Amino acid sequence: MSTTPQDTLHSDKDTESLSGATVRLAGDSGDGMQLVGSQLTNTSALAGNDVATFPDFPAEIRAPRGTRAGVSGFQLQFSSEDIFTPGDELDALVVMNPAAFVTNIGDLQDRGVLIANEDSFADKDLKLANLDRNPLESDDLKKYNLIKVPITSLTRTAVSEVKNAEGNTLGTKEADRCKNFFALGIICWLYGRNLEPTIRFLNDKFGKKRPDVAEANTLALKAGWNYGETAELFERNYQVQPAHLTPGTYTNVMGNQALAWGLVTAANLSNKELFYGSYPITPASPVLEELSNFKNYGVKTFQAEDEIAAICSAIGAAFGGSMALTGSSGPGIALKGEAMGLAMILELPMLILNVQRGGPSTGLPTKTEQSDLLQAMFGRNGESPLPVIAARSPSDCFDVAQEAWRISSRFMIPVIILSDGYIANGAEPWKIPDVAQLEKISISHPGPIEEGETFLPYSRNEDLARPWALPGTDTLMHRLGGLEKEDLTGNVSYDPDNHQHMTNIRQEKVDRIAHVIDPVEVSGPASGDLLVLSWGGTYGACITACRRAREDGMSVAHAHLRWLAPFPANLEEVLKQYKRVLIPELNMGQLSLLIRAKYLIDATQLNKVKGKPFKVSEILRRIREEIDLLK
Amino acid sequence: MSTDLPVLTAADFSSDQDIRWCPGCGDYSILAQMKKMLPNLGVPREKIVFVSGIGCSSRFPYYMNTYGMHSIHGRAPAFATGLKLARPDLQVWVITGDGDALSIGGNHLMHVIRRNVNLNIVLFNNRIYGLTKGQYSPTSPAGKRTKSTPYGSIDNPLNPLSLAVGCEATFVARSIDTYIKHLGATLERAAEHQGTSFVEVYQNCNVFNDGAWSYATDRNIKADHLLELEHGKPMIFGKNRDKGIRLNGMEPEVVELGKGVQEDDLLFHDEKATEPTLAYLLSRMRMDDGFPEPIGVLRSVEHPTYDDGVIAQMDEVTVQKGQGDLNALFRAGDTWEVEAQNT
Repeated sequence: MSTTPQDTLHSDKDTESLSGATVRLAGDSGDGMQLVGSQLTNTSALAGNDVATFPDFPAEIRAPRGTRAGVSGFQLQFSSEDIFTPGDELDALVVMNPAAFVTNIGDLQDRGVLIANEDSFADKDLKLANLDRNPLESDDLKKYNLIKVPITSLTRTAVSEVKNAEGNTLGTKEADRCKNFFALGIICWLYGRNLEPTIRFLNDKFGKKRPDVAEANTLALKAGWNYGETAELFERNYQVQPAHLTPGTYTNVMGNQALAWGLVTAANLSNKELFYGSYPITPASPVLEELSNFKNYGVKTFQAEDEIAAICSAIGAAFGGSMALTGSSGPGIALKGEAMGLAMILELPMLILNVQRGGPSTGLPTKTEQSDLLQAMFGRNGESPLPVIAARSPSDCFDVAQEAWRISSRFMIPVIILSDGYIANGAEPWKIPDVAQLEKISISHPGPIEEGETFLPYSRNEDLARPWALPGTDTLMHRLGGLEKEDLTGNVSYDPDNHQHMTNIRQEKVDRIAHVIDPVEVSGPASGDLLVLSWGGTYGACITACRRAREDGMSVAHAHLRWLAPFPANLEEVLKQYKRVLIPELNMGQLSLLIRAKYLIDATQLNKVKGKPFKVSEILRRIREEIDLLK
Repeated sequence: MSTDLPVLTAADFSSDQDIRWCPGCGDYSILAQMKKMLPNLGVPREKIVFVSGIGCSSRFPYYMNTYGMHSIHGRAPAFATGLKLARPDLQVWVITGDGDALSIGGNHLMHVIRRNVNLNIVLFNNRIYGLTKGQYSPTSPAGKRTKSTPYGSIDNPLNPLSLAVGCEATFVARSIDTYIKHLGATLERAAEHQGTSFVEVYQNCNVFNDGAWSYATDRNIKADHLLELEHGKPMIFGKNRDKGIRLNGMEPEVVELGKGVQEDDLLFHDEKATEPTLAYLLSRMRMDDGFPEPIGVLRSVEHPTYDDGVIAQMDEVTVQKGQGDLNALFRAGDTWEVEAQNT
C-alpha cells in the first residue's frame, strides 16, 4: 500500500491540545457503528490514552431500517488522565441518519461538533424517523458546530475504482457499507488518531477472503480523513496526550472477555479443568463464545438444552472435581433457582455468573441494570444464603473471577458473580499481568482412608468447609442430595434440631467469609458529611462524581462494595463515620434495602432504571443536594 | 479387567442406609438385580456413580455403596452429563421414574439421548406419581382415575420407548421388575453399551397403582402379552409359542403359526438395524391394541459418544494450536507499553 500523507498524521490545520474527549457514533443498527466504535477505542488505547466505552444497541438484530428503534450507538471517552466512565456530555457526535440525530442530540454539549450524513436526511429518511421536517435546517442547531457531510455519496466516489475478484466494481449496497469507515476517518482526523491500526484490522479481517472489501473500507477511511483535512468546514483539529498509566504492557479488554480470561486463569492457578455449562442469553453469551475457543487450555464448554440443564451440568462437573460454573442473565438465573439451592446444600464449590440486564421478565435485554441484586441474595427457596461478588469495571472482571473461585473452593460454597451489560460490553485498558506472579489457588481432595476409619462427608475444617471427596477415590463413597443432611455423615435427616443446626452452619459459612475478604476502602475523608456507597458497574460514575465534589470543596467520600454477601467486616464502622450515606443504584433501591435492614442506617437513595448507566453529573447533582441539606 | 481386583458381591454394593420404599414395592427387585449384576462388570465401586432426580425411584442412590447424587426433579440427565464430561472415567447411571423423566424432565431426557452421552438410564415406570401419593403420570392410560383425575384422565399417555427411539437412542430396552433374570441381563447389556442406554422397567407400585402391569406379570397370561426379543430370531410368543408377528405392508400383525404361516414368514428381530424403524414399530406394540409387548433389547447400535467427541475435539485443537499459554493469549491482540515517567 502506498504511503499517503495521512499515515504520518500531519495536518496542516491548527491543532489544539485537549485533556480528553467524549465521542459518540450513532447510526442504524446495520450501519456498523459498533465496529468503527471499537476501532476508535483500540486506536485511542494504542495512542496511550485511558479509554472507557459504552456501546448501546437495540435488542433486535435488524430493527426496521431508519427508525428510532433501530438506532445503534457507540460512545467512547479517551483521555490523558485516568478516567472511570465513558463520559457524560458529548464533545462530538456523528449521526448517520435522522433517527440517530433525534435520539442522540440531547447528549451533545453546546458548541460540540455535530457531524451529520446529509445524504440520509431525505424526506423518506425523515419519515422513517417520524420527523416532519429536516432538523439539520433548524435554528436550534446553531449552538452546535454542525458539519453536514454527504458521507454516502463521498464514500461511493471513494470506492468507485475498487474491483472484486471478477473484475467488477462494487455494487451500491456494498459501497454504502463502507460509509462507517468514512465517518471514522473524519473522527480520526478530528482527534489526530492514527489510521494504521484500523487499516491493519481491515487487512487482517478481509485481506485474504475479500481483498476488495479491505481496499474499499481503507479508501473510505482515508477519504474521510482527507475530507476533514481539506474541506473548509473544520477550523482545527485536536490532540489528546497519552495518559499517565502505571508502567507495563497494556491491552484493551471488554468485560465479558476479561471475565472469561479470569476464569481460565483461575482454573490454571488452581490446577483445575474449567467446565462451563451455559445457555445462550444476552448479554452473557460472549462468555460462552469466548470460553469455547479455549479447548487447548483444558476448558470444557457445554451449551445445554436450557438454563436448568446448564447449571445442573455444572453441579455434576463440580461433583466430579472440575472448576465448574454456569452463566446467564436475570431470566436464566430465575430458572436456575432450584438448582442453586441444591448446589448450596450439597456444599460443592462452583460459580454462578449473572451478567445483569434490564428487567423484569425479558425486560431490556441489551440494556444495563443492577436489578438482580436481591435475586442473587434471596432468589431461592428456603434459607439458602450464598456469597455474592460484583465486578466494578471491564478489567476488574479478570480479578473478580479469580477471587470468586478462591473463596468458593476454600469454603466449599457456590459463589454468585454479578456483572452487567454495561461492564460486559464496555472496554478499557488492562495492564497485562504475568501469570507466574499471580497467587496460586490451593485446593486439596481427601485420599482413601484406613480400614476402621469412617469417612464423614459433612465434617468441617476451621472455615466450616467440608471435604471435597471425588468420585473415583476408594473408601470415600458417599451420596449427596437435596434432602436435609445429617451433620457429619451427610445422611438424610429429618431431625428438627439437626435442621436448625445445619441451617445455622450454612449461614455461618457465608458470614465467616467476611473475615478473609478485604475491608471496604474509602477514598476521600475518613469521616465527614457524606459517604457515597456503590457496588458493581456504577463504580466509575460514583468515584468520578465524588472526586469532583471534593474538588469543589465538599466533604464527600466514596466506598465501593466488591462483596455484597457477606458485607466486609468494617462496613458498619465506615458507614457510621458520615452524617449521611447516599446509595446510587441502577435499580429501585436494592442495596439500600439491605443496608438499611442490616445496619439500621437512614441511607438515602439515588435510583434510575432507564437501561443506561449513571452520568457523573446526575450523581454530582445529587451529592450537592445532600450536602445542601446539611447546611 | 485386572485379575487382582477383589471379587465383589451384591452385598458389597449395599450402603448402610435403611431402605424406605413401601414393603412389596417393585423397586426392591430392581435394586437387588442391580447389586447382583454390578460385580459382573468388574468396575470398582468408587468408579460408579448413581444420579437420580426426585420420586420414589430416585431414592435409589442412597441404597448403593457407590458414589451418588439425589438431585432435583427431572434434571438427573443434566447432572449426569456434566459429571460424565468432567470425568469420562466414571460409570454413570441415571435412575428415574415416569414422572421424573417424562414429565418435568422430558427436555433433558430428549437431549441426553440425542447427544448419546455414555451413560445408562433406568426408567422405573409405574404409571403413577407414588411419592406425592397417587396422581396420574405421563404414562397413565387415558381414563385413569387417580386422586387428581377423579373423573378419569383426559391425557394421552406417552410411550417411553417410542420417545427414546424418536431421539435416535443407540440402546433401547425394556424389562420387568419381577422378571429378575431378564432384568439383570438387560441391565448388564445396558452397562456394556457405549453411548446412552435407555431401559424402561415395568415396575409395580403396590400402594397407589397395584396391578398396573399384571397382564405382563401374571404367570397365567403373561406369555400371551409379552414378546421376548432375541437378536436374529423370529418374533414368536404365546404360552404354546404358536403365535408370531408378521409384517403386513407397513403394519405388524399377529398371526398363528401353522395353518400356512411358517417361521420364515415372521419378522426377525434385528437390534443392530441402522434405521430405527423396526425398533419404533416394536415400541408401538401395545396390549390394548392386541399386540404382545416386547421386552429385551429393541435397539443396540454403535455411534460415537458425546463425551468421546468432546475429548477428541480438545485433543485435536491442542495438537493444532499447542497447549494453551495464558501469557500469549493476553498479548494476542494489540498491546502497547506504558513507560515509567519521571515526575
